[in-house]
Amino acid sequence: MLPPKLHHWFTARGWSPHRHQLELLALRDHPATLLVAPTGGGKTLAGFLPTLVDLANAPHDGMHTLYVSPLKALTADIKRNLQSPANDLGLDIRIEDRTGDTKPAARTRQRRDPPQILLTTPESLALLLSYEDAAHIFAGLNRVVVDEIHALAEGKRGDQLMLCLSRLQALRPDLRRVGLSATVDNPERLGVYLAPHPQPAHVVHADPGPPPDIRLLETAEPPPWAGAGGRYAVHHILDHIRQAQTTLVFINTRAQAELFFRALWDINVDQIPIGIHHGSLARDARAKVEAAMVAGALKAVVCTGSLDLGIDWGNVDLVIQVGAPKNIKRLVQRIGRANHRYNTPSRALLVPANRFEVIECRAALEAVFEKDLDRDPERNAPLDVLCQHILLTACSGPFEADALFAEVRTSGSYADLTQADFDACIDFCATGGYALRAYDRWQRLMLRDGRLSLRDPRSARGIRMNIGTIVEVETLSVRTRGRGASLGEIEEAFAATLTPGDSFLIGGQTVRYERLRDMTVEVSRQADRTPKIAVFSGLKMSTSLELSDRVTAMLSEPERWTTLPDHTRIWLTMQHRISKLPAAGRLLAETFLRAERAYLALYTFAGRNANQTLGLLITRRMEDAGLQPVGFVATDYALLVWGLVRVEDVSGLLDPEGLRNGLELWLAENAVMKRTFRASAVVAGLIERNMPGMRKSGRQATFSSDILYDTLRKYDPDHLMLRITRAEAARGLVDYGRIEAMLDRIRGRIDLVAAPHVTPLAAPLLLELGKVPIRGTAQDTALAEAAEALISEAGLAEVPHPSPQAGARKK
Amino acid sequence: MTSTTFSFCDILLTARPSGALWWAEAGILTVSDLHMGKSERMARGGGSLLPPYETQETLNRLNTEITDLNPSSVICLGDSFDDSAAAGRIDTASLRYLNAMMSGRRWIWIAGNHDPELPDIGGSHMEEVARGPLQFRHIAHPRADSGEVSGHYHPKAKVLTRAGYVSRPCFIHDQIRLILPAFGAYTGGLNCTASPLASLFSADAECILTGPTTTTIPLPSMADAAG
Repeated sequence: MLPPKLHHWFTARGWSPHRHQLELLALRDHPATLLVAPTGGGKTLAGFLPTLVDLANAPHDGMHTLYVSPLKALTADIKRNLQSPANDLGLDIRIEDRTGDTKPAARTRQRRDPPQILLTTPESLALLLSYEDAAHIFAGLNRVVVDEIHALAEGKRGDQLMLCLSRLQALRPDLRRVGLSATVDNPERLGVYLAPHPQPAHVVHADPGPPPDIRLLETAEPPPWAGAGGRYAVHHILDHIRQAQTTLVFINTRAQAELFFRALWDINVDQIPIGIHHGSLARDARAKVEAAMVAGALKAVVCTGSLDLGIDWGNVDLVIQVGAPKNIKRLVQRIGRANHRYNTPSRALLVPANRFEVIECRAALEAVFEKDLDRDPERNAPLDVLCQHILLTACSGPFEADALFAEVRTSGSYADLTQADFDACIDFCATGGYALRAYDRWQRLMLRDGRLSLRDPRSARGIRMNIGTIVEVETLSVRTRGRGASLGEIEEAFAATLTPGDSFLIGGQTVRYERLRDMTVEVSRQADRTPKIAVFSGLKMSTSLELSDRVTAMLSEPERWTTLPDHTRIWLTMQHRISKLPAAGRLLAETFLRAERAYLALYTFAGRNANQTLGLLITRRMEDAGLQPVGFVATDYALLVWGLVRVEDVSGLLDPEGLRNGLELWLAENAVMKRTFRASAVVAGLIERNMPGMRKSGRQATFSSDILYDTLRKYDPDHLMLRITRAEAARGLVDYGRIEAMLDRIRGRIDLVAAPHVTPLAAPLLLELGKVPIRGTAQDTALAEAAEALISEAGLAEVPHPSPQAGARKK
Repeated sequence: MTSTTFSFCDILLTARPSGALWWAEAGILTVSDLHMGKSERMARGGGSLLPPYETQETLNRLNTEITDLNPSSVICLGDSFDDSAAAGRIDTASLRYLNAMMSGRRWIWIAGNHDPELPDIGGSHMEEVARGPLQFRHIAHPRADSGEVSGHYHPKAKVLTRAGYVSRPCFIHDQIRLILPAFGAYTGGLNCTASPLASLFSADAECILTGPTTTTIPLPSMADAAG
């Protein structure tokens, strides 16, 4: 079955092909095949075997196989790994990658004379398909391999990729698709996602390998009551790093990674080489750490999700997860990063950062052993991605709307797309889709001879510049004063809160904020100072539904507490005595008084984002009901609200109808909704993403997307972009879907406990950071106060020196 | 709505929460940088199709001021339209609305860098205009005589309060000149600490922030500004 040349290649290395590799070869003519395999299972080679066999049998003109990966770094890695069998088989082929980093000359050549194997990313593929010569570029294409499809399928990048595959399939009807996935809960559903609808996908399962060796770190001193840093365990973790060959230390946020890295180095007396890697660091800094890892020069790397996917490092033999894993599937994949040698168990250590996380870690551990992974939440195919796809299709040439509709519906996630929604997207792209038909003369797409095309071909450039579905929060680069090297990037919103003299951590060093100049944050190094602030990441992940359910189940069944450490068991027993325990299908609500404030704790287990939204909605209702809320704090498990009046009717506050009205009326004006709108508006092409270097000069002329949002709400409330924003609010930052699911689960079954004092479960909530004050009219009051203070100080204020020339500024 | 009345060149002027300037004694209402027709201009260039409601929204705001104050003169300080062509393409409903506001009062369009030439849509067209001690023009002259009133820069100010950062369009003035915030719906802003703007003013300059009520602060120095 394996051609002799390939068989020889395997045996020359003392290898024999895995069963799943041979299966994929046997299924080479199947329209879609999904391979589910743990890391280290020779997944990529399996995906390319049919290609190597084809190319060994006969030479091929033009592109034969397209490989798409979510990570640029993977394309370069795969290129190296494929080159060796290709050389040994004597194949006269070119294997090339094409990403945002590829040089213009190489890009031009790749379009004119495509390589046999092209390795790329979803965004670069979308760009290739938007060229007028797309049909020529993909003329010989037979196969497409989608790597890490489980990760892509979780978001809009995957939706865009699948739309691109439907375009490719229209160009090459016999195209074969292969998806490579880590272990997932529902492979069949992922298969449907991959296959050209309505054709089925064949799912191949590799041997799962031995179960992982995974433990909970238990320390003599219990973890703290609140916080997420895990610094109490830093000595234990350094010991584990010392004993292992190479360790990856995963930690949930960038700020926590910085603090933890710092804490490790504070006690690292024998100077063990430990690096740090996260998305806010400069690209050079990250590349350096990756290279050091490949070279085996590092003992450990402290990292965030930035290393969830990526190059296989065969020498990693221990994974440490600091803080709650939040998501079982992600935990399993992280554990899989340890020991990429097949058939050796991965070694992992879970380190709960606080008392509550002890329970979550234990619950996650059980889930891993029972192989009970999180289900992906149902996602409706996003219409903003479809709008971008329509515009990019128009860039490649005139198209018929009906044909495109049929083509789009072959893409798994868009199989149920209605004609009405498709038409609305076409209308949006062509005319803006406004109730006021204002753009008759300046339509973006024009109907000519039954086909839609760009009115102004020059607009293709702007549309291509806007490609992609990842909308980054705006960031500013951080540099040391006076042409210093770039240290990394921080969010603009975080930068706005800094005042000169503030110190924060980046890349493991403490820096002092000096000033903002030319859209760059200038800092100076402060080697000896403890940072004042270390928060520069807004997005936080919510604990998955499955894991939350497991935590609730564990809490409600005292007989299962035997697996928990003593300190945690005692804590829960006290809760049981003073109040109640949360139970599945019910909502535990507690009220208590403390320091002249009335507290309300709701144990919703709905995840941080949903609890944050619920906090905004409920405090508004409390204000209306005269309960005078003062502030709230949201965690993954609970919402704690405080005010001046003790709440007695919780079910009234949680009335679904009332909450939904609040979402429509009040939350619609919230910054979170505006951020959601902005992201979708960028993807759909309503606003152009800020290109680097353009922001400085365009500052005065550009206006915020919030203005567009407010204008649409006022003049065109049924506009497609607002519909999309409302749909997005069901998940993501707003996550209203989880609130609805929670209300549906409890159906009014609320256990209200009027506790005599703060309860054991509520106590850690009081220690949480990130409290949200209720503003109401507070902002204007505060502004007036601040103004008064400034006026009185004015005599002392530092004076800017006028510059000699102050020319007119062109807008 | 609370306005702020301040003294400039020995006359009393009122900064309105909307960003309009009211000279009660002379009955003159001044607004700057309306940028009407911005969405149309962007669409014409093949760019994105923004919600085409900014002209309507801007005129609604202007109408509120005119109804409240019944000025005898209105001065638009330039960049009233996003470009000269946009003025020619203003839709008939908006034009009728505008004409109703113009009737019975003197109306002056000062030329801006975006709309150096305007078609005849009523009112007078001027490069600059002088009224009493005041000289109205679009862009501030670095060496202007005292009494200059201009727009162009879309100034805004950002203040750290105990409720977080508050950023608002603002008036800036010292004893020599006054710069108005942009009045139009689709306008961004330039931080009042940015170099071309801040260097026009002396150390005793004040910012009057627009918003639900106006608020006066000293012009923040560069060192205080966070961005």
